[in-house]
Amino acid sequence: MKESLGVTGGATGLILNEPLLWEKGKKGRLGFSLPRRDVDSFPLDEKLAGEGPDFPDLSEVDVVRHYTRLAQWNFGVDTGMYPLGSCTMKYNPKTNERQASLPGFAGAHPLMPARLSQGALQMMFALEQYLSEITGMDATTLQPAAGAHGELTGMLLIHAFHEKGGGARSKIIVPDTAHGTNPASAALCGYRPVPVASNDKGILSVEAISEVMDEDTAGIMVTNPNTLGLFEENIRAIADIIHGKGGQVYCDGANLNAVMGVVKMGELGVDVMQLNLHKTFSTPHGGGGPGSGPVCVKKHLEPFLPVPRVIEEKGSYILSEGYPESIGKVQAFHGAFGVMTKAYSYIRTMGPENLKKASQLAVLNANYVKERLKGTLHLPYDRPCMHECVFSDKNQEAKKIATLDMAKRLMDYGFHPPTVYFPLVVHGAIMVEPTETECKEDLDLFIEAFKAIAREAQENPDLLHEAPKSCKVRRLDEVTAARKPCLAG
Amino acid sequence: MKEISELNLPDDIRYAQDHEWARLEGDKVRVGLDDYAQDQLGDIVFVELPQIGDRFKKGEEFATVESVKAVCECYLPVSGEIMAVNTALEEAPELVNKDPYGDGWFVDVKPDDTSEMDSLMSNVDCLEKLKGAE
Amino acid sequence: MRYLPHTTEDVAAMLEVVGADDLDGLFSTIPGDCRLKGHLDLPEALTEWELNDHMEGLSKDIAASPAYKIFMGAGSYDHFVPASVSYLLGRSEFVTSYTPYQPEMSQGTLQAIYEYQSLAARLLGMEVATASHYDGAAALAEALLMAVRVTKKKRVAMSSLIHPLYRRVVRTYFEPTGYEVTELGYLQNGTTDLSDLDDMDDLAAVAVQSPNFFGCIEDLKTIGEKAHEKKALLVASFTEALSYGLLKSPGSQGADIVAGEGQSLGIPRSFGGPALGMLASSKKYMRSLPGRLVGLTKDLDGKRGFVLTLATREQHIRREKATSNICTNNSLCALAAAMYMASVGGTGIRELARLNHDKAEYLKRELKKKGCNIPFESATFNEFVVEFPGALEGDYNRLLEKKIVAGLPLAPYYPELANHLLLCVTETRTREEMDALVREVRQ
Repeated sequence: MKESLGVTGGATGLILNEPLLWEKGKKGRLGFSLPRRDVDSFPLDEKLAGEGPDFPDLSEVDVVRHYTRLAQWNFGVDTGMYPLGSCTMKYNPKTNERQASLPGFAGAHPLMPARLSQGALQMMFALEQYLSEITGMDATTLQPAAGAHGELTGMLLIHAFHEKGGGARSKIIVPDTAHGTNPASAALCGYRPVPVASNDKGILSVEAISEVMDEDTAGIMVTNPNTLGLFEENIRAIADIIHGKGGQVYCDGANLNAVMGVVKMGELGVDVMQLNLHKTFSTPHGGGGPGSGPVCVKKHLEPFLPVPRVIEEKGSYILSEGYPESIGKVQAFHGAFGVMTKAYSYIRTMGPENLKKASQLAVLNANYVKERLKGTLHLPYDRPCMHECVFSDKNQEAKKIATLDMAKRLMDYGFHPPTVYFPLVVHGAIMVEPTETECKEDLDLFIEAFKAIAREAQENPDLLHEAPKSCKVRRLDEVTAARKPCLAG
Repeated sequence: MKEISELNLPDDIRYAQDHEWARLEGDKVRVGLDDYAQDQLGDIVFVELPQIGDRFKKGEEFATVESVKAVCECYLPVSGEIMAVNTALEEAPELVNKDPYGDGWFVDVKPDDTSEMDSLMSNVDCLEKLKGAE
Repeated sequence: MRYLPHTTEDVAAMLEVVGADDLDGLFSTIPGDCRLKGHLDLPEALTEWELNDHMEGLSKDIAASPAYKIFMGAGSYDHFVPASVSYLLGRSEFVTSYTPYQPEMSQGTLQAIYEYQSLAARLLGMEVATASHYDGAAALAEALLMAVRVTKKKRVAMSSLIHPLYRRVVRTYFEPTGYEVTELGYLQNGTTDLSDLDDMDDLAAVAVQSPNFFGCIEDLKTIGEKAHEKKALLVASFTEALSYGLLKSPGSQGADIVAGEGQSLGIPRSFGGPALGMLASSKKYMRSLPGRLVGLTKDLDGKRGFVLTLATREQHIRREKATSNICTNNSLCALAAAMYMASVGGTGIRELARLNHDKAEYLKRELKKKGCNIPFESATFNEFVVEFPGALEGDYNRLLEKKIVAGLPLAPYYPELANHLLLCVTETRTREEMDALVREVRQ
């Protein structure tokens, strides 16, 4: 066991001041090896030629030092624990990176004749099958670029389904715990979100859904497990109600990490769902993306999937446009192939037993943190949780300490804060999702840090108000940034 | 955030349910956001106001107010036509925080029916309502 | 398993704290009729070494450069990426971090993306650029929805010389909205025909790609003037970002919104994704922009720092009234582009763009000498349409056998150009390779 915690530092580098790119460099410097010119110059109409962009000229050394220093101010999963609820910040395996950069994959042109892209198509076909199997659905598209993009695709599929069935519908049910992308995606598809409250157990009740479901409602967008980290126990009955009035059940699969090999969404009455490869399937977050948001559907929605589809024909793979009812395309090409390669590698590395193990251990880790912190932080739903648990800042209110202050102080202890202020139904929500790749010792350190912070909140609250102190910058003036936006230099 | 007792709710104006205020000034009604609302929102970063000439019914959304992390829709307390808009809020949205009843005003309305003011709350009623909600 | 650190002792100790008998017991809240009754039917786990073999096998079963000489662009371009950029992009602090919602711990990402936004704005000649979108097609769809929001009008006109797959994406996004999408035809010289605009009302935007799908450079200034006459916005799209190293920027030609593809800027083709959607606009439309924005600010000590800003536009605050539903974007791809733009520099990008142009012109000239027809006389950047003197299929397949990909056959996209190819030459193709292609053309 490590000795007393002390303050270990959230993010520090050796060099703490690095100018902006255009504050460096000198005209004429080059950070690039210009390819050999083996052709003559050809004139270009004066009216068309511009002056070229006003970029700085930097040497390779300038560029390498610049980004090396910037990197040092960042905290990643490789630096330490990153317990962001609903983000599934699990370890990103390095072998996945190696596979994605293999020359055949990295250099593949998306419009090559299919017979020359068999390796890529074979991998996509197999990945579609694995994802269909894991979710218990019938068909998958890999085209959407992120979770929200998958949600939009799902909405478009449902929209197409209703149009064909003889009646566009105008509303869709969205629980009050839903991620902001849910109503936003519904709105992009012309649906008005109908809010529905969770019950006092933190889950959706059959009665609440019955009350709002009608023949003008396209269906429901349900997250399972939900954003409180709880399994939607009534989902089968809810699906029946939705189907009974001709609606469709959309499942936001962002939290799939809790139930791989334990539950198949397709068996619960789900008609369409998206997955997040950059969450459940270990592909890295890259500071905000790229992700990949495959969509899995039941047979009746298959005809509407985006094109082209990868199909197997006489032992080889082709791309088929033969789907007249397809919604069309959501990306120019086939989706985030470079991300798919990493997810595919992960699934092949884990195998079925370890995928289930990953979910079990993710749930174990979350429940362990919940049990050990519930004395310190207020736990609004004191029940077994899935892969994440939600606390509130109620216990600290008396000392005028908010969730924000505790989150900022955690940085000084060397942890990335959990998700804060979401879901909206919990005041000062603190959503902790450790994931299965955190070991017991690191969880214990995290728990001790939070307990120390809670003590500081009682005895020396200024430490929290002033936090963080050991990062590259202190708290930032977000008000001026919004009043007088300066978005480019 | 302020305690209820610390709120400034002048007695010469009327208050809507959603915390807009209205003050009859001759033949026009000046409208803004009250002290409770600006205090709850925190530092205001942006106010989106309508154009002169726009018409709204009582209760229709006519403006939005933004803090860093929240957006608040504002509903016009009386029906009418927008006669003037406080363009100072473009450069200085913080006026709504500093002086909600003075320099932080939103719009002047040519009211269709000044009797609509009667259904708005007095400062006493507004205070009671806030205390009741606690 | 090397990603699952729990020992049997750890699990036992933790189960005791939690109060469950075994791992299965953790799922007691899941009703029996929801529990999976079998196992996942997936292939057994591979060792790292078996995975390497398997993936190498798949990778080798794809025709790619350098083994194949690919003279095809059409939205996915072959450009040299410096080793320094690939190396820096592997820094795990960039790769394994999350969206910078906690700015104090993410100043690396935030400064880097602010720099990307700035360089992107300079490249496109615009005032504000966002922190990225999925790809050029999705960015275009979002740009058109933005134009509808800003102008409050319900119709958009888009050139039929915008990439056919981009147009498909726009139609997919617009399908449930009730807004109208009309296509503008093209002229004999290979540029957009604006004459249909005269009869159009209620236009929110006129969208044109330059260089267009045929590689021809459009007259954005004139198109912009026409659009503005109609009180519509000019949305300028592009698939080859490098072209603005040489050509006049869309911003300088009057574009109100610019939306296109940044893959050419240091991002591998990777079978089409992940890509880099670039979006930029005038400052006056800033609050209508979809996607994340990084802004400059100060901290409590007065030190310069960066934060995500104008977040009230976004889904996590505005929900159904947000300017878009986008959450995860293509941040690491934007970072790659920034590193590339920083490495190539202002002087270098000019040279590189010139080289692209000149190589394509060389191939054009040599093909003409061999009897090929160049149907569109407008100036091009690094792509152009060509008609071989003989039947297309024979030459194309023969070249393919020699591992030369002679561009993209246009038949599936423009039936009237069934015997034509779209060729692309970048700095990665040598004179010898171009001569080899020309040699195979049957007169």
